[in-house]
Amino acid sequence: MLVSNLEIVPGKRIAKHLGMVQGSTVRAKHVGRDIMAGFKNIVGGELKGYTELLQETRAEATKRMVDQAQAIGANAVLNVRYSTTSIAQGAAEILAYGTAVVLE
Amino acid sequence: MNNLILQNLDFVVFLVLLAVGYFAGRAVESSHYRSIRRRERQLSGILMFATKFPPSIQARQSTALVSGSVVISSDYFKLFVASLRKLFGGRFRVYETLLDRARREAVLRMKREALRLGGHAVFNVKFETFNVTMGARGGIAAVEVLAYGTALIEPKK
Repeated sequence: MLVSNLEIVPGKRIAKHLGMVQGSTVRAKHVGRDIMAGFKNIVGGELKGYTELLQETRAEATKRMVDQAQAIGANAVLNVRYSTTSIAQGAAEILAYGTAVVLE
Repeated sequence: MNNLILQNLDFVVFLVLLAVGYFAGRAVESSHYRSIRRRERQLSGILMFATKFPPSIQARQSTALVSGSVVISSDYFKLFVASLRKLFGGRFRVYETLLDRARREAVLRMKREALRLGGHAVFNVKFETFNVTMGARGGIAAVEVLAYGTALIEPKK
């Protein structure tokens, strides 16, 4: 499965557009991470736990989008975008969406 | 003397946090900037474009979605200065550097991934900034920046 945020793929022609696919997930931090982040908040700097948490969340959203694309018979998702929303204290929703296509 | 400190414990704790935030925060920030500048020089060969269509594209090239992200927290001193700033409005210089660091770090991580895959240019670069600030008291003030784009990868010889 090819994932890209361009609208073209070098050397390949788009045979069929299958419409939009999306994947989203909501994750929250656990308490331990938050306590560490509280300390880190005094001195500043990167919050590695949160960086990883959001990366995992984004990977999960991407995977769900790709699964959906696979289910409708696509072999590539083009023009992919990400969107992040804070929906409750400590919880974030990440959405990945794009256009499913069949490449020749 | 001891009594005086005990009576004003809240204020003493505040002053200590402020001092720690100021000195530690400055040290963290300047070492981060040094590391950013060093890596920016190393990765300057990887070009980045906001355009969607690469000027010349060859059939043999392949593409991959690459991304880099980082969550950077503010320090206690910055929080305090920002809360004073809010009264007068104007430039929040303390937060400008925070976002600048986050954005440059995210770009560097994206470029590093592109390089790892054998790419030398990233197209259609998008940024996303997400406020991770949670809770008013005992919460954290941090920001996440995500940079992503499509790396054009040269065919392996």
